[in-house]
Amino acid sequence: MTMAERETLLAMLRDRANFCRRETIRLIAIAKSGHYGSVFSAAEILSVLYYHVLRYDPQHPDWPDRDRLILSKGHVAVGLYPLLADVGFFDPALLDSYTRLGSPFGDHPDMRLIPGIDFSSGSLGHGLSVGGGMALAARVTGRAYRVYVLLGDGEMDEGQVWEAAMSAAHFKLGNLVAIVDRNRVSVDGQTAEVMDIEPLADKWAAFGWRVLEVDGHDVEALVDCLDGLPNPASGQPTAIIAHTVAGKGVPFMENRFEWHLGYLAPDDQARALAGLEEKR
Amino acid sequence: MTLPSHTGSALHPDTWDLPTSTHLAPYLNWGQVLAKLGWEHAHIVVLTADLQHANRLYDFSQVHPRRFFNFGIAEKNMVSAAAGMAAAGLLPYVATYASFIGLLCAEQIRTDICYPGLPVRILAHHAGITMGFYGTSHHATEDLSILRSFAGMTVFSTVDPHLAEAALRASVDHPGPIYFRLGRGREKPVYALPPADFAFGRAIAMRDGHEAAILATGLPLGAALEAAEIMAAEEGVSVRVVDMHTVKPLDAEAVLAAAATGVVLTVEEHNIVGGLGGAVAEVLAEAGARCRFRRHGLLDEYALIGPPLALYAHYGLDAAGIVRALRELL
Repeated sequence: MTMAERETLLAMLRDRANFCRRETIRLIAIAKSGHYGSVFSAAEILSVLYYHVLRYDPQHPDWPDRDRLILSKGHVAVGLYPLLADVGFFDPALLDSYTRLGSPFGDHPDMRLIPGIDFSSGSLGHGLSVGGGMALAARVTGRAYRVYVLLGDGEMDEGQVWEAAMSAAHFKLGNLVAIVDRNRVSVDGQTAEVMDIEPLADKWAAFGWRVLEVDGHDVEALVDCLDGLPNPASGQPTAIIAHTVAGKGVPFMENRFEWHLGYLAPDDQARALAGLEEKR
Repeated sequence: MTLPSHTGSALHPDTWDLPTSTHLAPYLNWGQVLAKLGWEHAHIVVLTADLQHANRLYDFSQVHPRRFFNFGIAEKNMVSAAAGMAAAGLLPYVATYASFIGLLCAEQIRTDICYPGLPVRILAHHAGITMGFYGTSHHATEDLSILRSFAGMTVFSTVDPHLAEAALRASVDHPGPIYFRLGRGREKPVYALPPADFAFGRAIAMRDGHEAAILATGLPLGAALEAAEIMAAEEGVSVRVVDMHTVKPLDAEAVLAAAATGVVLTVEEHNIVGGLGGAVAEVLAEAGARCRFRRHGLLDEYALIGPPLALYAHYGLDAAGIVRALRELL
């Protein structure tokens, strides 16, 4: 890749991250309730995964050799749906039904209803286990896909995450990648106050994982990190702690646990969108 | 399949350690059945949580080691991982004590298996009060009720290894998830062979009768058959006995045919709330069936400490107890 091509790629990834944020504001307006803060912290991660890293075929969403993404923090689904539509899994017009009666698109994703969703999620703590099962299945079936699991940092409180972490190292799942969206807030406040999860990197390392830390809003750093993942044959799972900012991109939401969930009235939608434009 | 002998060869034959303890449970056959099915179906995988000797899935792991996964004492992780495997095209059979898989992992089963409709087979062994003096932590007398309330779940309960084998074979091509409620593999079989025409949701008439009917599921079916013999011999009462092996979907036709005798007794090694008795009551009430009816099982209580057979006698889940319940109902 030439320098110019690389710059084009990075600009596109930044643009798609803000597209994710704009669409999230639009869709949450339909529901009049949604997880702004958690989506905005993960927007660059989702953009880099879907526009650069993951191997998939929107024409064949069940392609057995595709890479998988488990949205273990399932409440960011509203930010993923527009990306799935944008890359061609389904008609973007379908998104207008978001959360309305009988829609495929709810606050948490449903694998049966939405092409491109690799697993239904919403109950925190399950996703790494599910991803571990898929990674083991790749071994049994002789397939070469990787499984990525996006977790929240509040989710680290769940005991099942650590059951899954222990078993992934035990089973030498080099094709399993956990990405922790370390935005430092959960529903009731700062994670350090609600339930302190530090030292987080040491915990993953102690469970036998290779640990990488990255600025989760720096698309260049994310690209380099994910492009440089070790060969799955290494037999060690990788945890990426992505340091992020809850509500990133909308100044009055940034680092505010209060914006884990909320609703922006039309005037404030415009205010938030203007904030995003300034950041571009 | 030869099992390992115990670790001290000079010890008395009655002495047992964990690997040799399986000799005490000669009817724990599901590992052998799955080992056979494993040769026929490459997508079968087996998962357990540090219990491959207690549940004899050892019989599978010895011949299919690459398709056997021991998850250690982490049941929730195991159940969710089984869901991931099923989503990637495998057919997982996931096993541990019923108290742990059916109760501890209920939410993982609901959310990760039933909601996506994945073909995971849950082997919940040592169900009911068969763990005896291990106590309530190791009993499962609520699982039929809980699992029955999960949309899309098939809930099966076996009396013996032959019925279990028939159900395991039928499970390979069955859509959606299945909960297998299994025992401890020590009691004498009721069936001589795996019933050839087995189908989930189709009750099996074990004994004809027209003055009363016992609808039983799981281990107490054997005692129910004995009870029917006693009623015929001592009182000349003709009692039908039906194996309601599938609690969901329930064979409503078999229930209404039983109601036509005028007397229906349900028997289960389970709380009378929400299990087979509850399911039968729903069918009877909605059909407006007229009959005398009683649910027999644990009366909304936790079992005493005791050896399993003593507990069955105490709670009336032996032939004498079922005869008593029938006499009160008649």
